[in-house]
Amino acid sequence: MKQENFESQYRARWDQFEHGMSLTATQRRTLKTDNSKTAKPIDAAFAWPLDELPRRYREICHHLALARDRHYSSTLVERLERLVLAGHQALYGAQELSGGVGRFLRAGLPRLVRQHSSYIWASALLFVGPLIACIIAIQYFPEFAYTIVSPEQMAEVQQMYAPGNQRLGLQRDASGDFAMFGFYVANNVRIDFQCFAGGLLFGVGAIFFLLFNGLFIGAVAGHLTHVGYIETFWGFVAGHSAFELTGIVLSGAAGLMLGMALIAPGRQTRFAAVKSRMPDIIGVVYGAALLTFLAAFIEAFWSASRVPPVQVKYAVGIALWAVTLAYFIFVGRGGNAAANSANNAATNAAKANSAA
Amino acid sequence: MLDTIRTVPTPEGIELLLKVAGPMPRARAWLLDLLVRLAILTVFGIIVGIFGKVGSGLMALAAFVLEWAYPVLFEVLRNGQTPGKRACDLRVLHEDGTPVQWRASVARNLIRAVDFLPVCYGFGLIAMLLNRDFKRLGDLAAGTIVVHVERKRVSKGMPIAEPLIPNPALNMALNLTEQRAVIDFAERRATWSTERANELASHAEAVLPAVSKYDTTDAATRVVRLANFLVGRRS
Repeated sequence: MKQENFESQYRARWDQFEHGMSLTATQRRTLKTDNSKTAKPIDAAFAWPLDELPRRYREICHHLALARDRHYSSTLVERLERLVLAGHQALYGAQELSGGVGRFLRAGLPRLVRQHSSYIWASALLFVGPLIACIIAIQYFPEFAYTIVSPEQMAEVQQMYAPGNQRLGLQRDASGDFAMFGFYVANNVRIDFQCFAGGLLFGVGAIFFLLFNGLFIGAVAGHLTHVGYIETFWGFVAGHSAFELTGIVLSGAAGLMLGMALIAPGRQTRFAAVKSRMPDIIGVVYGAALLTFLAAFIEAFWSASRVPPVQVKYAVGIALWAVTLAYFIFVGRGGNAAANSANNAATNAAKANSAA
Repeated sequence: MLDTIRTVPTPEGIELLLKVAGPMPRARAWLLDLLVRLAILTVFGIIVGIFGKVGSGLMALAAFVLEWAYPVLFEVLRNGQTPGKRACDLRVLHEDGTPVQWRASVARNLIRAVDFLPVCYGFGLIAMLLNRDFKRLGDLAAGTIVVHVERKRVSKGMPIAEPLIPNPALNMALNLTEQRAVIDFAERRATWSTERANELASHAEAVLPAVSKYDTTDAATRVVRLANFLVGRRS
């Protein structure tokens, strides 16, 4: 068949398809549900029901194959290629089954954390280990703190938690609470993200950030305990410690998962291994970011206040630790079969997507 | 092969062609995005400046959102294109040619933190130069590619002319490649000046049907007429 005949025979179909692909998702929906009254913005001559998409798409694919095989002109082939690409994206690029934020929080996140508990424990060990060791060491060798934190920095920190202060932490008045909230969010979540991204350097970055943050926090905590600022410092950190430390542990764990995928990819290439584990890893990162965000909120609006007595602050801190641990240990166990299978379907779809 | 076209096989037995974008256009898009972000931040800063300390908190939040959420939101909700990418006709896709979704976009944009190291996207650039799809580390981990989007070309198509029948006496059938060259010439004829078109068409003089002494049509016109014949138009 000559190109001219071919084009004149199918041009109308191509124009319709092209028009359909240029519609927004909303327009397409109205096209599907109601052709009579709301079809105003759509040219009636180009209208076709959405459920024809697969058939029309395969038709265009067929035409492209013919056009290539018959060496039709590049203008024609390129046009068909454009149409095929648009059709491919419309057909296979459907929104991934995210399962919704609600279900992720009710079941997905704690399950994910339990499923990868070995990474969580490793991360916790790398972070909390040096932290506690540092605190204890400084009670016996106080000058050890200065090998980690410079004297100037330490003086600054010490001044922040001086018992005479009206408010704790970085100095500000009450209207500065919101300013500090913005600062804490930006800063702490960034640390989380770096912790995670550092995992791409074969886990070394994640391990470094975990150890470093553990040592640093441990040195500060140990020093302030040693100089006797117990009520102000521990009272300050009690409230947000549960969320903040868990957040760091989770982001570190995500970094370690990333590093492990690179070090031990199994029967895959390294980057294929990273890709196939990415859905889980990103899930853990979501959890870390959320916890850190909550921690920043508490840190700015609750921890810094000196109004509540320190006993109340300790009590709240312990309660939040209990809630956090209970959440990750107990939430989302069992559950109904429907939720499980939907979850699996979502994971499988994502896997198929990333494997392709 | 020294080209930047990546093929993606589809279940329909068709190969999609994706033109992956290299470091330069992507750097340009990034720079434009940076300017956009700075502009937003400046305007926002002037507005929230009224609120004093609360404003500076809002400012820190805004800077944070612009740094981490801006690319993700635009990539997922605006067709794989941040404003900078849109201006440079770039688009982020999954490797299989489908539009990028939340997970992949979040992954590639968080790993930006590594790509940025040690300075000025050093690791990202090295990674891009080491694989054939110009993927930075974030792209490698998330399974995404950045491609050129073709602007819809306003092609007037082939000019219609009286078809010219090849001279059978020449005994020189055009093979498929030659036929295609002739047709492509005709379709692009409108983009050249007459002189340039004739200069190009003169190379085909040998295969063009012989001109009678009185025929004054130039080479370009005859190639176009020949193309009209080849696509199947008949007078």
